[in-house]
Amino acid sequence: MRLVQGNEAVALAAVHAGCNFYSGYPITPATEIMEMMARQMPKTGGVFIQMEDEIGSIAAAIGAAWGGAKAMTATSGPGFSLMQENIGYACMTQTPVVVVDSQRGGPSTGLPTLPAQGEVMQARYGTHGDHEVIVLTASSVVEAYRMTVEAFNLSETYRVPAILLLDAVLSHMRENVEFPDVPVRERAKPVIDEHFLPFGPDAPFVPFGSGHHTVVTGMSHDETGLPKALAGQAVQRILMGVAERMRRDAREITFYHEISLDDADIVLLTYGITARAAREAVELLRQDGVKAGLLDLQTLWPFPDWLVKEKTAHAKAILVPELNLGQYVMPVRATLEGRCPVEALGRMDGELFTPEALVEAAKRLASSVEIGGVAHD
Amino acid sequence: MTKPGVDLTPYLRQEMMPTVWCPGCGHGIIARGIATALMNLGVDMDQLAVVGGIGCSGRAPFYFDANSMHTTHGRALAYATGLKMVNPNLTVIVPMGDGDSAAIGGNHLIHAARRNIDITAIIFNNSIYGMTGGQSAPTSPLESHSTTTPMGSIEPAFDMVELALAAGATYVARTTTFDFQEMPKLIEGAIRHHGFSVVEVLSQCPTYYGRLNKLGEAPDMLLYERDRTKLLEAFGPPPEITREEMVGQLPIGLFRNEERPEYIDQYHGLVARAGGGK
Ligand SMILES: Cc1ncc(C[n+]2csc(CCOP(=O)(O)OP(=O)(O)O)c2C)c(N)n1
Ligand code: SF4
Ligand SMILES: [Mg+2]
Repeated sequence: MRLVQGNEAVALAAVHAGCNFYSGYPITPATEIMEMMARQMPKTGGVFIQMEDEIGSIAAAIGAAWGGAKAMTATSGPGFSLMQENIGYACMTQTPVVVVDSQRGGPSTGLPTLPAQGEVMQARYGTHGDHEVIVLTASSVVEAYRMTVEAFNLSETYRVPAILLLDAVLSHMRENVEFPDVPVRERAKPVIDEHFLPFGPDAPFVPFGSGHHTVVTGMSHDETGLPKALAGQAVQRILMGVAERMRRDAREITFYHEISLDDADIVLLTYGITARAAREAVELLRQDGVKAGLLDLQTLWPFPDWLVKEKTAHAKAILVPELNLGQYVMPVRATLEGRCPVEALGRMDGELFTPEALVEAAKRLASSVEIGGVAHD
Repeated sequence: MTKPGVDLTPYLRQEMMPTVWCPGCGHGIIARGIATALMNLGVDMDQLAVVGGIGCSGRAPFYFDANSMHTTHGRALAYATGLKMVNPNLTVIVPMGDGDSAAIGGNHLIHAARRNIDITAIIFNNSIYGMTGGQSAPTSPLESHSTTTPMGSIEPAFDMVELALAAGATYVARTTTFDFQEMPKLIEGAIRHHGFSVVEVLSQCPTYYGRLNKLGEAPDMLLYERDRTKLLEAFGPPPEITREEMVGQLPIGLFRNEERPEYIDQYHGLVARAGGGK
């Protein structure tokens, strides 16, 4: 057991996952990750570089991946915005890379030291053109550790950028933790012959220097990597294949916690830091006779529609509290297609939800759908 | 120099031929210059990475039978930095456009130069944005015409050699597509040099720059390059030459070739001090 900060847990987890390249640019509240990596990388023989901006940071990380590294960069909102174009390059070139975004109040410079969840949609759709990414989040220091390792693992497995969303509170929070031993997916070193298709279905990620003269391009290309005729069809085939593989493995790649969902009338659907208040709220609601339950997601994208359907099958209403003006509530609503009311509860003032605020909102929702046993006070 | 009949095909990616470049474009002459330098140095193509940005020049990586990376506009040097740091055995060449290197990617250029990382940047300077159809670049001369400066440019141009020298590049050269026999030697020197090298090659874009500035066809533009440049006397320090004098007399040749601690060596020193050596 030791007292560890959220950002420190991310850095330690990255080292555990085999990260041997870190590039970044300082920004609150993510800076400590970079400072830790500046000490850790030289000690472990990895590379650390402070780049001239966040565009350079993500670009260097992707370049490092093609040099054979497990690469990571970390930032916050303003830097995350700058990274978007090149995150798309990683999608198009099927490059494993991990991007941490510790969310702070926004838009623009916003509230640099205060938490938010404003980048839930940006993490999924921020780069231009359609694509698939993995987005994970966490609500505790130990979970931040676990999800960082999983971000590396999933990024390797599916050859997509994996984005880990933290927030200002989790980044700076200290908790007593015992780090779990999360298994690490090692990169296969396949034997390459002249028939190797670097972007073929399920092709392993083979960095430069293997002897295969791979072409890596952000232009639409086929399985050879070359931007040949009918590249539009080819890239659709390739990227749909990536999405298909993630859908196929949805149960393995969807991380979540649940509390009292079996008989829940009111389901609180949360992610990230908000889960902490929600856990307490569910307990308080139960004490007051409201059958409340919690579905707390760590895998935000690909959207686990199957899980949301399964876990809310008997719910009479769903409350989605978020530190934004209502982002993740949208796919939840779309998934349930009017089966029951899905209520958004949003704030972007830099404050967290208290359990009491969630209790109140849940009771209001319960009475609006006329669930028995609710005291109207 | 490339003698007639020299076979460069082992260095070129045949399945990508013909190139996208227009007839008469200078970029093909530069690609030939690079291939000649690779041949003369006997570079192992398995251990060569060509990392380009976006533009007509940015297509160059496709044409080398090596580890090829075609990145985003202006960012090639940042990609190359990450690549080279984790795999220092690779020879890394970065072909860049003038818009690519002087406008959108200017920040990466000066910082790569400041770090003195062992990468060879080759600037294909045609004084215009070719790929997007002839817009003004930071290298477009004052009063030159483009589709976004229809009445002539009111902005002074960047001198890429001065910029590279000021930013700390340790090997800095300029040549032209007219000087195609000298060019491979300067590129060879740049590849051999242990540190950040910049070779600016003045190139011609007959399709846009030539047409919009009434400079004639490609051969006329080559003669124009010959006439506006002057070979440096020796491989000495940069000449004391004013901007006014440079009009019509742009110096070409090798401006700097000096040793300064290289960035990755410095980093490896730091790893050794931290006890992280393998
Ligand atoms: C972020 C971004 N902005 C703009 C463009 C459009 N664009 C493509 S190439 C180019 C300029 C190319 O000019 P230069 O770098 O001089 O290369 P050249 O084509 O002349 O060789 C521009 C602006 C882009 N691809 N990406
Ligand atoms: S547009 Fe200009 S720079 Fe581009 S290929 Fe044609 S001649 Fe060359
Ligand atoms: Mg140009």
